[in-house]
Amino acid sequence: MSALPLIAHDRPAAVIAYRRGRPISAAQFLHDVQALAAQLPAGAHVLNFCADRYCFAVGLAASLVTGKCSILPSTHTPEVIRHLRAFAPDVFCLSDDPQCPLELPQLLCGQSSAAVNGSWPASGRFQVPQIDAGQLAAYVFTSGSSGTPVPHPKTWGRLVQCVRAEVTRLAPLNPAECAILGTVPAQHMYGFESTVLLPLQSGAALCAERPFFPADIAAALRALPQARVLISTPVHLRALLTAEQALPQLELIVSATAMLPANLAREVESRYGAKLLEIYGSTETGQMASRRTAHEAQWWLWPGVRLTPSDGHCSAHGGHIERPITVADVLEPTGDEHFVLHGRTADLVNIAGKRSSLAYLNHHLNAIPGVIDGAFFVRDDTQASLAGVTRLAALVVAPRLDPAHIIQALRARIDAVFLPRPLLLVEHLPRNATGKLPQHTLTALTAQAAVQQPHLFA
Amino acid sequence: MSEHALPTQTTPHIDALALEREIAQLIVKGLNLPIQPEHIDPEAALYGEGLGLDSIDILEIALIVSKQYGIQLRADNKENARIFTSLRNFARYVAEQRIK
Repeated sequence: MSALPLIAHDRPAAVIAYRRGRPISAAQFLHDVQALAAQLPAGAHVLNFCADRYCFAVGLAASLVTGKCSILPSTHTPEVIRHLRAFAPDVFCLSDDPQCPLELPQLLCGQSSAAVNGSWPASGRFQVPQIDAGQLAAYVFTSGSSGTPVPHPKTWGRLVQCVRAEVTRLAPLNPAECAILGTVPAQHMYGFESTVLLPLQSGAALCAERPFFPADIAAALRALPQARVLISTPVHLRALLTAEQALPQLELIVSATAMLPANLAREVESRYGAKLLEIYGSTETGQMASRRTAHEAQWWLWPGVRLTPSDGHCSAHGGHIERPITVADVLEPTGDEHFVLHGRTADLVNIAGKRSSLAYLNHHLNAIPGVIDGAFFVRDDTQASLAGVTRLAALVVAPRLDPAHIIQALRARIDAVFLPRPLLLVEHLPRNATGKLPQHTLTALTAQAAVQQPHLFA
Repeated sequence: MSEHALPTQTTPHIDALALEREIAQLIVKGLNLPIQPEHIDPEAALYGEGLGLDSIDILEIALIVSKQYGIQLRADNKENARIFTSLRNFARYVAEQRIK
């Protein structure tokens, strides 16, 4: 099996990261990686919880060079952590937070240890580690429909192949001259690929910070030299526009996690004078297509990736995709290399860029002791917020529970972004003869409940 | 805010309460919260367990106060821990920082 370099930076002094605007060299990075690698415990599975993106990258690289697999769940609720302990009993948590709340054996990175902030011997040899392409680099997780997270193995070779395809879409930008700032976490599949692997594999510099508020994004960008690339989401891009936030010169803006409306894309391009590239992907497939949303509706597949329609779904295969994967969205191929995205299948939900399925959420709602029946649904009668987010609602039959108790129980099980707003208690759910809950009945029942329980509505 | 403006007698309590109510209304409406504004406990935590807000809500609140009061929230503001402890503290911060 062939081996692929850990990083594409080919000189010791090449800048691989910025932290608060200060450059960190590739040599320093490799030194930090070796120092951390020597401290890693014996377990073969690492839950990399580092919030600082440089710490995350050092943790990922140290795991790769010691043959350990990174565990990247989409959320970290107690329920998910319990599941991960069963999935990989030797898992330990690598964190940069001394008060890390996860109930796992902990290794603190980047604080007290010499690793990450230590100094490197200038005379040391600069040798980039080679990682076997077939090595299992990470498990990423989707929520699945049975209530337990579903693992998806990613080999080093496939991950590298995927982000090298992404690099070709950044043209004419020279990645080695770019500083890449992300508003998404490194643990999310899109953030993992575009804010960590992309810089490591293209010679670009990543940015350790993960800015949150519009003013933070502007400050983090100002601290970076040109050429600046912003890896973000529709939520953050809309927030920047709504706040009328001024930004320094950007070369490229990338958006993913949720569909970006074309008018928002055009507004972002004209406001910030930068090209906006939208990326399509999923945890299962990784990134697999891009488009210039302001100007085109069709998506352009990564080199070698193909779509085959079957049974009303599309299967994605080829390129970096190891085995054919049924895509959860409704895609219409419009040629070998292009497709149009028609939306999601009815069961999938996407709230503020986080994805789940109604089946998964319903499973957890109905697993709460005292809940007799319950269903999440997408409200179609409310306006989106300033950041463009619409929350889910839920109808629940639970005569002996109050809504606050149910919310509390859900909080331990599902990501907070999916908590229902509102959660309405009803006597029974309006199921039809096949046990299904038609949308119009749900909306009608919500409207009725709004009259009976006005305190639950704004 | 300058020294001489600090004493409470120059900022009538009634104004602080009015601003608190106004912010509660903006938050409930903006976040589509299933609660009436006057039912928000002004001393309860905004984030996490208290009012149950998450990070997307905090971003929404940043947009609301940016539009309404011209305030730019920053994640590295050392006062954030205090600001988000309650509606009351948040309203106090808005009163100090507002430029419109």
